[in-house]
Amino acid sequence: MTNNQRQQLLQELLEKQKAGKLTPAERYKIPQQDMPEQDPATRIGNVNEVATGYTETQARLEALRCLRCKNAPCVQGCPVQIRIRDFVVAIAEGRYKEALSIIKENSLLPAVCGRVCPQENQCQLTCTVGKKFKDPTKAVSIGRLERFVADLWSGPSRPEHGDQNAEAVPAVAAETGKKVAIIGSGPGGIVAAADTRRAGHDVALYEAFHKPGGVMVFGIPEFRLPKAIVQKEIDILTRMGVKIVYNFIVGKTRTIQQLLAKDGFDAVYIGVGAGLPNFMGIEGESLVGVYSANEYLTRANLMKAYDYGSGSDTPIALSKKVAVVGGGNVAMDAARTALRLGAEKVYLVYRRTEKEMPARIEEVHHAKQEGIEFHILQSPKRVIGDDNSHVTAIECLKYELGEPDDSGRRRPVPIKGSEFIIELDTVIIAIGNKPNPLISKTMPELKITKWGTIVVDEHTMATSVPRVYAGGDIVSGSATVILAMGQGRIAAAAINESLSKK
Amino acid sequence: MSHKIVSKKQVSDDVFTAEIEAPLVAQARQPGQFVIISINNEYAERIPLTIADADPEKGTIRLIWQRVGKTTAELSDLQIGDKITNVAGPLGNPTHLEKFGTVVCVGGGIGNAPLLPIAKALKEKGNKIISILGARNKKLLILEEEFAGTSDELIITTDDGSYGRKALVTEPLKEICQRSPKPEQAFAIGPAIMMKFCCEVTKQFGIPTQVSLNTIMVDGTGMCGGCRIEYDGQPKFVCVDGPEFDGHKVNFDLMMKRLNAYKDQEQREHEKYKKHKCKIGLDK
Repeated sequence: MTNNQRQQLLQELLEKQKAGKLTPAERYKIPQQDMPEQDPATRIGNVNEVATGYTETQARLEALRCLRCKNAPCVQGCPVQIRIRDFVVAIAEGRYKEALSIIKENSLLPAVCGRVCPQENQCQLTCTVGKKFKDPTKAVSIGRLERFVADLWSGPSRPEHGDQNAEAVPAVAAETGKKVAIIGSGPGGIVAAADTRRAGHDVALYEAFHKPGGVMVFGIPEFRLPKAIVQKEIDILTRMGVKIVYNFIVGKTRTIQQLLAKDGFDAVYIGVGAGLPNFMGIEGESLVGVYSANEYLTRANLMKAYDYGSGSDTPIALSKKVAVVGGGNVAMDAARTALRLGAEKVYLVYRRTEKEMPARIEEVHHAKQEGIEFHILQSPKRVIGDDNSHVTAIECLKYELGEPDDSGRRRPVPIKGSEFIIELDTVIIAIGNKPNPLISKTMPELKITKWGTIVVDEHTMATSVPRVYAGGDIVSGSATVILAMGQGRIAAAAINESLSKK
Repeated sequence: MSHKIVSKKQVSDDVFTAEIEAPLVAQARQPGQFVIISINNEYAERIPLTIADADPEKGTIRLIWQRVGKTTAELSDLQIGDKITNVAGPLGNPTHLEKFGTVVCVGGGIGNAPLLPIAKALKEKGNKIISILGARNKKLLILEEEFAGTSDELIITTDDGSYGRKALVTEPLKEICQRSPKPEQAFAIGPAIMMKFCCEVTKQFGIPTQVSLNTIMVDGTGMCGGCRIEYDGQPKFVCVDGPEFDGHKVNFDLMMKRLNAYKDQEQREHEKYKKHKCKIGLDK
């Protein structure tokens, strides 16, 4: 469809809509709008964002596909219950500012969530249009619409929409004199900091790294989530008066007890994520050239290793053939990063099938488009190295799917005698993270589960220690940006409530 | 917040020491811990350096480093009053200190720096301290005076015999292990190869030996796993499980290979930096 055709169609549809004559059948017929994106051959040579965003015409056409269901099942699918139907309708009618305020009632980071939420498992899974086509990826493209309105204000500048970059800083209530410490500047921390600051508390946001944003900055690559978007959110916090302290490792630089007893904080929110990478426990996993995805992505993203030798001082393996082990978003990110760092061949080794992959469908699609070679139903048995302990190959086993396991996914069972060798020079392990015990180790009174996650009351996110709250991956294990954000918001509300009584 | 260099000294050809403002780290730090620093925010590398000493009142920590690559070279070129953008810490677990009895402390090269606060703390706990300090030659020997002040017995070795005994540290170490009674505990901190051979000696005599490892790190908080070693056949993270380990269980050979993972790339960058300095006259 050309741009002109799209505009023409939009005009016709808008007139029908105005006359109240746009039927569900006609809405179903509106072609789903594809996300414009950089050509695969071009994009593997740069680190810029792959998906470039809907045009206004596309956004309104896509929004017109929404049936405006009375019961709005999409809202139930959203972990933070954004009034999705209402914001989509507002976009269809060209009321963008209103659409954004509707989203912001429940989510502070729409430019981020529009890009990284697994919509096909959330709002798009329950969308009636998706159900009609029996495919959540054919539902109303809610994430793309969320991104569209968010980008008008918080994304990279779009001059065609006028200068709308100067988003108003949220109003801050009169100073209460109460102090709140937020630990971790990831999505949960950003929201908790904003919400507690809005209530007039004196808020300090502590970050262990030298840059803010947590996983959104060190983990998710620029080509999927531009760092400028996260920085904009941080700038808003600073303008609201939140103090950001870098290189501050709670549990090491100061303990939570010290923050509460000596530094005068009235409440603490722990949003440190699940930071310890899992390894497979196989032979050869510590050979030179074996990375955790965390290390590989941190070197590439946060430390800008792609500029090594022409600016950046952080090196990274100069890989030719790479295998990434895992099937989640992090595995896709690592594989696609390896390509952009110059690898000639990148394999993705996953022990189940594509259907069981936890990655977003869009990421799997992009990875394939870019030439990542999928090796499904396979898993490494050992890593093989040369005399210098450099990786030269992995020995893999083939798998088949057996009975469903605890996660409901069919359990992969190794096929005896199916060993084979893949030659390569780099292996990236992307099989998830576990909670970092840095804080719990210094706080024996903090109740944790046998997996090391912090136990909380889910209505308030309060931990077993008075005045200490927690949310995000340190509570849920490995989850999503939106869930972390939602929990940050619940905790902030509980903190505000409890401080107002004091 | 950035961290001012309040004093700086060149200790030997390639070894430097500086006091750096870092009040919170100075307050919290215990012997055996380290910091991660990076000189600036945009492109600088993050490197771990052991905290050699701290003055909580002044709010300063003392770092000692050897010029081996571009980052340590740049650090060496900073002057009093200059600032380091990032200092994060204190990281790692503090040294386990107790009254063992007689403790032999073996330091090699730059390893004397992290060893000193441990020797001091062990002395305060009432241990008898025998220190063995090794260096390639007299010029490279550091902290001799400080160790003399804290040791009951001090042995110096140099590879070329330019000072002290012409030997590797393992020679006097073996003699001390053969004494009766033998030392109760050993600490060995220095180049990986030195720690490896020290551990081989003490193992023969059944003397528990703590080593402090300085592997390649990015975050220093357990997030990346780049610092992992093979310990008793299992992966361990130097940043959160260490930096000190029972040296008899460390796979030093693999650790040395991992330390060299970026050697070629890093050498090229260091050469480039030196040439650049030459061109703009900074080396004068």
